[in-house]
Amino acid sequence: MDPVVFLQGAVALTGRFPALSGVDLSVGPGEVVSVAGANGAGKTTLLRVCAGLVPVASGEAVVLGYDLRLDPAAVRRRVGLLGHAPSLYDELTATENVRFALRAAGHDTERVGPALARVGITGRLTKTVVGGLSAGQRRRVALSVLVARAPELWLLDEPHAGLDAGARTLLSELVTEAVRDGASVVFSSHESDVAAAMSDRLVTMSGGRVADVTAGGRRAKLSSVGEGGSHVA
Amino acid sequence: MWRDALLVAGKDLRIELRSRVALWQVLPVAVLSLVLYAFALGPVRQTLASAAPGLFWLAVLFSTVLATQRSFAIEAGEGTRDGLRVSGIDPAGVFLGKAAAVAAELAVLQVVLWGAMTLLFGVHVRVVWLALVASFLATIGLATAGTLYGALSAGLRVRETLLPLLVLPVLAPVLLAASRAWSGALTGSVSSGLSWLRVLGPFAVVYLVIGIVLYGPLLETA
Repeated sequence: MDPVVFLQGAVALTGRFPALSGVDLSVGPGEVVSVAGANGAGKTTLLRVCAGLVPVASGEAVVLGYDLRLDPAAVRRRVGLLGHAPSLYDELTATENVRFALRAAGHDTERVGPALARVGITGRLTKTVVGGLSAGQRRRVALSVLVARAPELWLLDEPHAGLDAGARTLLSELVTEAVRDGASVVFSSHESDVAAAMSDRLVTMSGGRVADVTAGGRRAKLSSVGEGGSHVA
Repeated sequence: MWRDALLVAGKDLRIELRSRVALWQVLPVAVLSLVLYAFALGPVRQTLASAAPGLFWLAVLFSTVLATQRSFAIEAGEGTRDGLRVSGIDPAGVFLGKAAAVAAELAVLQVVLWGAMTLLFGVHVRVVWLALVASFLATIGLATAGTLYGALSAGLRVRETLLPLLVLPVLAPVLLAASRAWSGALTGSVSSGLSWLRVLGPFAVVYLVIGIVLYGPLLETA
């Protein structure tokens, strides 16, 4: 099977300086890869490159079968990105935000309600303007956009930041469900123990390069649950 | 593209209706500027009447800058700009939608200013269709050029001060042509007014086409 993400010697610049200086990374279908590293290591840039938001200056970069240097727009339509700041409009309600995201992506809006309910945004919260929600609730609304869009590749930048224990559990469940439905997930995290536990592989970055790749604990954890309990391919 | 334009215009107008920035900031500034111009020119009705079209369009011009800045402030957050880029929306649709929302706000503004001008300057439009056509073309020109230059300055830290510097000289032909066309509408000089529509029409079409073609690359580099 072709990898969902294939980077070889990928270089990306922020201004004149390389934020990624020759990254090699391959993510397979249904795989969960976490990216750890210190501030400025290149984690966010790596995710933005995979989303087609930061151009690749040199090297090979193919995401979901599309060459990022030739057709980044095709990649953008197929990935779901949860950035540091949620992609939400403060003056619109939770429902309106998700509906806008779905219409923009050319999807039916039938999934708005179920997606919001899945992340625990129900009742009056669905009709509250996002600017009036707490940071954690805004994060949940942003996650519901991914749930509703069901992209082939989930790119999550520090998804655990600002989440309470319940929301972290929800995030783990959503990642598991996304993988079960055939998606791949790449997420960054400062918390290497959490990152390792949630992923199949932990990629450690340093100075814009991949410094280390280790096995994550997700598959081991799932297999310990029991052979019949795992949905992961 | 048209579906995306409607989606973006609807979103921007909904946000404006809810935040009421245009209602409480742009509109009062425009009306206030008309009042101040009237104070500056003195109470002579004839002077006010002859200056009215220019002052009207000067107020609309400055309001265009404010409305455009507001339109891009909606997308100023890193998250929302990225969200728009990964949403799959056609950039040309984003351009048309944002320009349509700005145009709708300017249209409402012009109705209010028209009333204020009648009240303050004692002028009446004699050839209504000429004033309406001039307003329509000028509004398209202002909204499209404003949206294009708004995108150009959107990613810069100095965007608030840079946008007027970039856009005001570009919009000068609209100010001139719309003022003269309105002057014709006020005095009943149709032929004089019509000749200025020949400036407004091409300006609107040129910026509409440039915006549709260039907005995508501008969004990438902003």
